[in-house]
Amino acid sequence: MDNPFGQHFLGIEGLSPHHIESLLDRADNYALLNRSRKTPRTLLRERTLITLFFENSTRTRTSFELAGKRLGADVINMSVSTSSVSKGETLLDTAYTLNAMRADLLVIRHAHSGAPALLAQKVDASVINAGDGMHEHPTQALLDALTIRRHYGKLSGLTVAICGDILHSRVARSNILLLNTMGCNVRVIGPPTLLPLTITKMGATPYYSMDEGIKGVDVIMMLRMQKERMQAGLVPSSREYFRFFGLDRRRLNLAKSGALVMHPGPLNRGVEIDSNVADDPVQSVIQEQVEMGVAVRMAVLEKFSQIKAQP
Amino acid sequence: MKPLLFTNVRLIDPKSGLDKLGCLLVKEGKIAAVDLPETEKPPEECELIDGQGAVLCPGLVDMRVTVGEPGYEYRETIATAAEASAAGGITTMAILPNSKPAIDNPALVTLLKAKGEETHSVNILPYGALSVGCEGKEMAEIGLLHEAGAIAFTDGNKALENTRLMMLIMAYARGYNCLVVQHPEDPSLARNGSATRGELATKLGLPSIPAAAEAIMIARDLRLAELTGCRLHFGHISTAEGLELIRQAKAKGLPISCDTAPVYFDLNEEAIGDFRTYAKLSPPLRSEEDRQAVCQALADGTIDAIASDHLPRDVDDKRLPFAEAAAGGTGLVTLLSVTLLRVKEGNLSLSDALSLLTYRPAALLDQHFGTLNIGADADLCLFDPDQTWLVEAGKLPGRAQNTPFDNRELPGIVLGTWKSGRRVYTRQSS
Repeated sequence: MDNPFGQHFLGIEGLSPHHIESLLDRADNYALLNRSRKTPRTLLRERTLITLFFENSTRTRTSFELAGKRLGADVINMSVSTSSVSKGETLLDTAYTLNAMRADLLVIRHAHSGAPALLAQKVDASVINAGDGMHEHPTQALLDALTIRRHYGKLSGLTVAICGDILHSRVARSNILLLNTMGCNVRVIGPPTLLPLTITKMGATPYYSMDEGIKGVDVIMMLRMQKERMQAGLVPSSREYFRFFGLDRRRLNLAKSGALVMHPGPLNRGVEIDSNVADDPVQSVIQEQVEMGVAVRMAVLEKFSQIKAQP
Repeated sequence: MKPLLFTNVRLIDPKSGLDKLGCLLVKEGKIAAVDLPETEKPPEECELIDGQGAVLCPGLVDMRVTVGEPGYEYRETIATAAEASAAGGITTMAILPNSKPAIDNPALVTLLKAKGEETHSVNILPYGALSVGCEGKEMAEIGLLHEAGAIAFTDGNKALENTRLMMLIMAYARGYNCLVVQHPEDPSLARNGSATRGELATKLGLPSIPAAAEAIMIARDLRLAELTGCRLHFGHISTAEGLELIRQAKAKGLPISCDTAPVYFDLNEEAIGDFRTYAKLSPPLRSEEDRQAVCQALADGTIDAIASDHLPRDVDDKRLPFAEAAAGGTGLVTLLSVTLLRVKEGNLSLSDALSLLTYRPAALLDQHFGTLNIGADADLCLFDPDQTWLVEAGKLPGRAQNTPFDNRELPGIVLGTWKSGRRVYTRQSS
């Protein structure tokens, strides 16, 4: 195969700085084309993209769907709740079925880590990981990196704090991998019940105090705090969580002046982030992240579809 | 406030190692000078107290007290407990959170602190609940409680049984560097038990609790402390086996500490005699071997503090068949005296005994109390270690009278107690 990226896009792990830069460059270009509505609608003509979401996610699925359509692919959304999966079909049976239909790209989101990797072993299509369990969410890390790079002009040397439920977050894992690869300093912030210390081995410095961890950083990535975590007893209450790990104006002022505020969405206002900060017209780049999401996914679909590399 | 000068006192400050005859000057509620040179004249217009050779030491710090407020005011209120603590030479007490409601809400911490200030005689240090309602089911708001001033976290006289929850709470508490205090008794082994398992319980036909219930809980929690890095303290240790586990853990360098109560180094199971419910305690009084092991652990430093484990009960809580009677005994008034028995028996030096009652428990709770440092609040206790007194239930200061030491002749008479330089207790001469 002449594709230097390989057949599947399962994670950030294994990508070289060069690969990442080239994906970001490509995405940057698509961001421009998206704004001028001049995307190459013939690029993925005759290609079939199937989104296979075993976990609900309106925004990621829509983002992939848009990305595929803007490149001219035929996009099919397989809704798992109405499919044979809900009738007891296994993941692999589903894969074989889709394979027989000659899909070219399979975009999969699954609640369990490693599900896309399993699928990738069994199908001819390119498998794109749209989030697997607590493992990776590589396109999210890329869109975050692109957003940061557009503001700072670079990634290396920046200090990025990722704050919240690190333990359960695939977004955190992919970001730690990517940011480290690109030469950033990565901090992770959260209560010990949500912050496994083994994360330091992945290249992140842990902080149990947000006030400490946020000091002087260039970028703050907030993670979504799920209600299930409270029910599971990992955090006593949302008011306590907001008091110690919520991003408000006072905390934001501890970061470097003008630091970017990011969030993968959907937001829990008043739990992990104050509206006042989330809606800050200058520092919050949450909407831009969504925009970059489509551009990044276009670049990924292009690079991982088995078409000849574009100049 | 006039300056206050104690003369002719045996100053003992275990923190600094000071132990000598001398004098101590208090100004504006603070310790201004220790051991004035003979040449220096006392300030004019000062109140003079001639100690006649009695011991003057830091006011005692009691890290394990139940008061009954809020919710059980008929047993004891903060105000009545403060009378008892003043009479016992205690100027700081940590209050367990398993009241009604439990101290699982930051507002209640603030309330208890304010109530303590109203007494003007004792610092109230509230513990926060480990779990909501001290029910062992959901983690309490440890961060907010800590911020409101909870000094450590415990479910009081209940062990936290669920291993996963205990692990999560310890991990979480570590984020705020909070101390977790466990009642070391496996609840499933202790349920319905009323005496320690052994010959006596068998003879009396009482449902019993094996001594191993303590070691089993300690062993589990030591592993959790290792896993989470949380500072862990075991309250009222009473068995040889439990102490041995703690000794080993300390040798390994784990952040572990423990306290015991006078009942566990002075009494053994025989005290329940013919179903004396005033000697029904939790954990239950143990065998003589266990009592001796506690004495040994006091001497070798395994035990970090002596706490009264004051647990007020109403007469009707105790006037029941032994198995149905409520467990617990008062201890504020007798804390110093029963500890002095250890000194009399040569088990501890007076200074070491006082260290277990002053700065060492304070340090465990990250408090500065319990020293004679210049500039420290003049919280002081003046006592005669040799004179004896008779413990008479019904005539003790405070409301609750359920003392396990009824009718005992004990050494050590508290002559006076001062809180921030203000006299809060004066011995009535009999």
